[in-house]
Amino acid sequence: MICLGIEGTAHSYGVGIITNEKKHCNVLANIIHTYQPPQGGIHPREAANHHVTYADQIIKEALTHAHLTLPDIDLISFSQGPGLGPCLRTAATAARALALTLNKPLIGVNHCVAHLEIGRGTIPACTNPILLYVSGANTQIIGFAEGKYRVFGETLDIGIGNCLDKFGRYVNLAFPAGPKIETLAQQGTTYYPLPYTIKGMDVAFSGLLTGAQQYISRHKPLKDICYSIQETTFAALTEVTERAMAHTEKKQVLLGGGVASNTRLRDMVKTMADERHAQFFVPRKDLCIDNGAMIAWLGYVMHIHGHTMTIKQSKINQRYRTDMVEVTWYA
Amino acid sequence: MPNNIIYQGAEAILTKTTYHNLPAVQKQRIPKSYRIKEIDTPLITYRTKEEAKLIIEARSAGVPVPLIYDIDQKNGILLLEYLSGPRIKDILNNLENSVLETICQKIGKNIAMLHNHDLIHGDITTSNMIYQDTQIFFIDFGLGSKTTELEAKGVDLHVLMEAFESTHSQKTHCFSWVMDGYRTHYTGKSKAVEQKIHEIVKRGRYR
Ligand SMILES: Nc1ncnc2c1ncn2[C@@H]1O[C@H](COP(=O)(O)OP(=O)(O)O)[C@@H](O)[C@H]1O
Ligand SMILES: [Mg+2]
Repeated sequence: MICLGIEGTAHSYGVGIITNEKKHCNVLANIIHTYQPPQGGIHPREAANHHVTYADQIIKEALTHAHLTLPDIDLISFSQGPGLGPCLRTAATAARALALTLNKPLIGVNHCVAHLEIGRGTIPACTNPILLYVSGANTQIIGFAEGKYRVFGETLDIGIGNCLDKFGRYVNLAFPAGPKIETLAQQGTTYYPLPYTIKGMDVAFSGLLTGAQQYISRHKPLKDICYSIQETTFAALTEVTERAMAHTEKKQVLLGGGVASNTRLRDMVKTMADERHAQFFVPRKDLCIDNGAMIAWLGYVMHIHGHTMTIKQSKINQRYRTDMVEVTWYA
Repeated sequence: MPNNIIYQGAEAILTKTTYHNLPAVQKQRIPKSYRIKEIDTPLITYRTKEEAKLIIEARSAGVPVPLIYDIDQKNGILLLEYLSGPRIKDILNNLENSVLETICQKIGKNIAMLHNHDLIHGDITTSNMIYQDTQIFFIDFGLGSKTTELEAKGVDLHVLMEAFESTHSQKTHCFSWVMDGYRTHYTGKSKAVEQKIHEIVKRGRYR
């Protein structure tokens, strides 16, 4: 079975095509185009316009890459939420149009769950993980428990990616700032104390952001502040992830989201996992960031487990919570 | 000295030991090698100190807590009175309703007495309560804090609500009995706290 998935929850528009190889996911194409705001900040409408502009072109690109044509597609999947309304609507509209013209089934999926399922789908040993999902807007610790995917912890204010980008803007680094902060941090040697905020299994970063900005205004070396930001935020994230693993007695940890590319974060989580005798997994980069292949894969998994959706039911849900998904396929 | 591990959590190792012939529990926070020392060392010291402080304040608020025999902040060690009773988590599902009601009301009373003194436990679950001599002892103040914020009190109770739902799903009355005890003993506006809990549920802050 071949499924085409359309991702459009935020600044990225992605089209992925997958097929199943027995129970595993084979990615045939995964084309991603990211809207670059001229000035930082969130621009839902501009991002949505970007998605509309590129919609057809990216679908064509994905088909070409997969050596397929539209009639080869058996199922259309799209990101139903959570995310920015205008962006979600663009992806949903494109998906509906495709499903109707091809007369193929349509399915809307939860974006956060897709980040977890793509790990399980593409990494055979990854069967029952706690996911540390770290992107711009989202920072969540998710795992399967008692019939559902549950959020064990999350950020109480801003996502880790946003935190890095906001700091980046403050010191005039180009968007996205994450990779540049990582490079600078590697040259840092002195730790400047920053708030380490954990409440239960939740984290918060806005106090740290303010603290880091204050150091900059007092002319502390940028590389040391980047180092201090990474060490503090990533340690807090690793700690809450470990708590969730202890709480659920899970022996696997999976990284997802754009910040999963950061080598220092990977190091920390891997060290934690090793000490707990747990397994550590990261999907390849294009499957970590917002992408269509994960949407396609989750659509496929839900479809073969009997989930169906009419056009009427395919309305987007900006506040689509992880624990609203009825998980009938987990095993 | 006997050194039997009774529990190994994400943060600390608990061993049964003695203190001048009294049975005791040593709670030791373990350094994390994923964290640089500049973060790890002060954090462990701070949390150990905070936990001890909150246990002492809880005691003077009238809440049953273990005695603190000793503290070694630098090495993250607390030496606590050993409580021989079972954890509430392990007995709750087998209790008769009448006993259960009394226990839940006592839990509510404990929480109210903490909140009357602006003490937030931070992790009120049935595994952090020990039943001994008809009293409910509260342990594990490691995530606690002191604040007047209504939000914190709401979250504190909401954590317990969720713990009941996930660990004791057949015992559906527990939380309302807890709230009965809470209402009776909370000296602030319990309506406002209850309102907060509803808000938190609506907002979808889940654990
Ligand atoms: N004073 C005590 N007496 C007896 N058992 C205890 C005592 N303190 C803790 N324990 C046991 O150890 C477990 C973990 O202790 P806790 O303080 O809750 O640490 P953690 O932060 O790792 O949860 C408890 O659930 C309980 O079974
Ligand atoms: Mg505990």
